[in-house]
Amino acid sequence: MRTIYILFIRQLKRYLRSKPRIIGSLGQPILFLVALGFGFGPVFQKAGEGSYIHFLAPGVIGMSIIFTAIFSGIEIIWDRQFGFLKETLVAPVSRFNIMLGRTMGGAVVSTIQGTIVFLISLTVGFRPYNWTLVPLAIVFMFLISLLFTAFGTAIASRLSDMQGFQLIMNFIIMPLFFLSGALFPLEGLPSAISLLTKFDPLTYGIDALRVIFLGAGHFSLLVDTLVLGSVTLGFLLLGSYLFSKIEV
Amino acid sequence: MDNIIEVVNLTKKFKDFLAVDRVSFEVKRGEIFAFLGPNGAGKSTTIKMLTTLLRPTAGQMKINGYNPIKQANQVRHSFGIVFQDQSLDDELTAYENMYFHAVLYNVLKTDRKKLIEKFLRFVDLWDRKDDLVKKFSGGMKRRLEIARGLLHKPDIIFLDEPTLGLDAQTRNYLWTYLKDLNKKENITIFFTTHYLQEAEDIAQRIAIMDHGQIIESGTAEELISKTNSKNLEGAFLTLVGANIRQEESGAIDKLRMRRRMFHK
Ligand SMILES: Nc1ncnc2c1ncn2[C@@H]1O[C@H](COP(=O)(O)OP(=O)(O)O)[C@@H](O)[C@H]1O
Ligand SMILES: [Mg+2]
Repeated sequence: MRTIYILFIRQLKRYLRSKPRIIGSLGQPILFLVALGFGFGPVFQKAGEGSYIHFLAPGVIGMSIIFTAIFSGIEIIWDRQFGFLKETLVAPVSRFNIMLGRTMGGAVVSTIQGTIVFLISLTVGFRPYNWTLVPLAIVFMFLISLLFTAFGTAIASRLSDMQGFQLIMNFIIMPLFFLSGALFPLEGLPSAISLLTKFDPLTYGIDALRVIFLGAGHFSLLVDTLVLGSVTLGFLLLGSYLFSKIEV
Repeated sequence: MDNIIEVVNLTKKFKDFLAVDRVSFEVKRGEIFAFLGPNGAGKSTTIKMLTTLLRPTAGQMKINGYNPIKQANQVRHSFGIVFQDQSLDDELTAYENMYFHAVLYNVLKTDRKKLIEKFLRFVDLWDRKDDLVKKFSGGMKRRLEIARGLLHKPDIIFLDEPTLGLDAQTRNYLWTYLKDLNKKENITIFFTTHYLQEAEDIAQRIAIMDHGQIIESGTAEELISKTNSKNLEGAFLTLVGANIRQEESGAIDKLRMRRRMFHK
């Protein structure tokens, strides 16, 4: 427990100390909310889909979560590069706990980030249909965060330097984001794309947020929860296996 | 006196490259022992195997009576380590780095503060305890790493090229302090170096390493008399068949230092 706790605290401290990073990482979601929200809003409404900002906000919250979470997971590469990883690997504690602590820390950081984006979206006109469900939304933000932090950890355990970083950005994070239905509805997509979206775990995360915030989604909350839960468990297991194999 | 480290035929292969080749040696409890050898000799790789970071390809090891592969956690409690490359969290303060270590090593809550203060004072960093490590100079970081390595009261401390890139004054300061600790607390010191002078001045016994093998080991006097040389430099030349290439490695050190500075 003390291992999980101290690694968790470390992640949190590093996050809270890097104010430029927090502010910087809010730029993108704000841009999406404002530019897309106001830009596509009229088109969306004409197409009979209702308010775009209401549709978009959960997607942008999901976006900020997936970015922050995968980055937190991937921070292992930095720790390896700057040597700190060795300090944790020679300590008399289980690697599973090290990885769990880091992942929990990263997940909480991403949840905070998602919550901030939620608050920002309120300023551009987003309103949850039922305010009492906001805590539940935060629980789901945490689940999504956990999933993608574990995913980042798994990837980072296999990478020894920053070389692969750009690759991850372009070939993993971006596709996951665009295929998740964050920006467009999942109904009426070409069947190939529609199939792909079903393999993207973020799809279910964002869908869950829409169910909670808007009262309606593509799948049911039960399906979303089952998929998110099992994929998170899978990535945690994979991540801890790969992390246990790290040599420096 | 018993042996705190026993190694038999330790071998490490990276793909087809033999980095450590059937290395055998012992270190006595309370001894100051050095690996002396040029860059690439296999010193760090050996230390990584002893400290549970790398799995050996073959051979046996015992640290403080424990097997590093089967009893990793007992072994990990037994030693402290200062790595060749820096291993601090730059975004945390000196105190936080120490605290993190104390928690990981299960230093008793009631002792934590006291011990952290003791060791930070020891290396003269108590005044800077609340500064972020990224503001520290190379020498300060090294001192902090040493304090951290000692925090959980290990029986052995591994120091991999601890004085690399430090100025003479800081070097002296560190060794005076470490030798004192060795005397007072009987802590075993295992260090690696490619400075002949350092090995001769500090170590009670030296193993000369080159191309993954231990060529010869003994006290400096033994090495000198065995090879009929005038000094350790001569002994090294006879045993390895080459100079330790100090000029060369000196240049590499400078490069490394420069790289480190750029990385900041
Ligand atoms: N992870 C690794 N993969 C491949 N080769 C390695 C690895 N680590 C070290 N080596 C090689 O093993 C040799 C010994 O390295 P090292 O133990 O670091 O030497 P030293 O510490 O004596 O300078 C070097 O030639 C180095 O390039
Ligand atoms: Mg080395």
